[in-house]
Amino acid sequence: MWYILTHYWSELVQGLGYTLLSSIIALVFSTIIGTMFAIFEVLPNRAMRIIGRVYIELFRNIPLLVIAMFFYVIIPMYVAKIDGFTAGTIGLTIYTSSFIAETVRAGILSVDTGQMEGARSNGLTYWQAMRYIVLPQAFKIVIPPLGNQFINLVKNSSVLAFVAGFDLMYQGNSIASLSLDTINSYMVVGVFYLIITLPLSYYMRHLEKRLA
Amino acid sequence: MKKFTRYLGVIGMLGLLTVFLTACGSRKSLSQQDVLTNDRASNTITWGVKADTKLFGLMDVKDNTIKGFDADIATAITKKILGKNGKAKFVQVTSQTRIPLLKNGNIDAIIATMTITPEREKQVNFSNSYFDAGQSLLVKKGSSIKSVKDLNKTGTKVIGVTGANSVANIKKFAPKAQVLELSDYAQAMTALKSGQGVALTTDNGILYGMASQNPGYEVVGGAFTKEPYGIAINKGQGPFKKEVNQALKEIEADGTYNRILKKWFGNVAGFDYKEASR
Repeated sequence: MWYILTHYWSELVQGLGYTLLSSIIALVFSTIIGTMFAIFEVLPNRAMRIIGRVYIELFRNIPLLVIAMFFYVIIPMYVAKIDGFTAGTIGLTIYTSSFIAETVRAGILSVDTGQMEGARSNGLTYWQAMRYIVLPQAFKIVIPPLGNQFINLVKNSSVLAFVAGFDLMYQGNSIASLSLDTINSYMVVGVFYLIITLPLSYYMRHLEKRLA
Repeated sequence: MKKFTRYLGVIGMLGLLTVFLTACGSRKSLSQQDVLTNDRASNTITWGVKADTKLFGLMDVKDNTIKGFDADIATAITKKILGKNGKAKFVQVTSQTRIPLLKNGNIDAIIATMTITPEREKQVNFSNSYFDAGQSLLVKKGSSIKSVKDLNKTGTKVIGVTGANSVANIKKFAPKAQVLELSDYAQAMTALKSGQGVALTTDNGILYGMASQNPGYEVVGGAFTKEPYGIAINKGQGPFKKEVNQALKEIEADGTYNRILKKWFGNVAGFDYKEASR
């Protein structure tokens, strides 16, 4: 293990960097997009609800690898030249956003309808009530499952390995085939993932305690 | 008394089993028998060939036979060793199964895009090479890439397959190029088509197969490494190996080899017939 660590240090650090970068981008955008579609799904407008439903069911039920390959292969052919890292990160964002949408929707639905009604009868518009009354309460409820999604997101970023995105898993595959030491290579990669996911996990718990 | 008879039964069974097993053991195992003698007696040579490699050994689903360069060379060698009526029997192998199948005697020889390497020579013997394989490049027709030297520029992306020697070789021959490692040849080809890299690199044999399936692409620059394919034969089968080498020499001399080469590679874009013919 020590040998892998010292000999392939620069590859591993590069991999960690790409994984971290991809995870942060995907985390921010999938939370925004996910929340957006969660709201779509609870809107009184039927057309918006259908759009939300279709988006979520489509991307929730297709394997992440297929989505990533779509952006890696089809998009560069017909739309724009994007590299493996970009394609993988877009795929990861879309895929995760559909799960986050479902999580946030559950949170919104668990907020008592009296909250919305009360806010509306006090003169707030629908959007104001959603923004200031319902969503804050919803997020507080869904922090634990949301933390789960974030951790899954970091691990799912290993899909970048399949589209040559230079992430940790890509470097891991490469190191394993170069050193012929499969077990230790993947163990080191596992430890590097822990470096990202453990603090994230701890932070989500901390957030949960602070807000509860 | 009853107990005693039961014990006697068990002992008797064990005795029988011992006799049976030793009888098996005393017979020569398949891999130790002389392949040449057996093949002459049955008038058949059993070859391990690939069934999933375009141009070398590919299963034809219409008549369920394996066709390709390897299969034709094997048939030609069989006819030289056993005479006109000799039969070549093909057993489908993969890179993982071919050496075990040869070792346990299921096949007499491997002719399955197998590069002669020192590590493999520790386990099996190789005939003289029958195909001058080596690493090459597949590019889109009309590409500015003409040889491996053109890749040695910063920002050039080359596609390879994870775990293949070819990736390490590119780092040696074109250190400035960036290598994108994909998980298999199908994915690598798709990545080349969608423009993720300017060239795909691996064994020329595989590249010729890809070029024949994808008309807009060609193999350029010739082979920049030497990794010839050989026929693998079990250790201790000296007479058989000698016959195979002799037969190979004969088919090269009488033009059979070149005819087969032309049949399979004649129409492939970028294939240098003059260089490969013998």
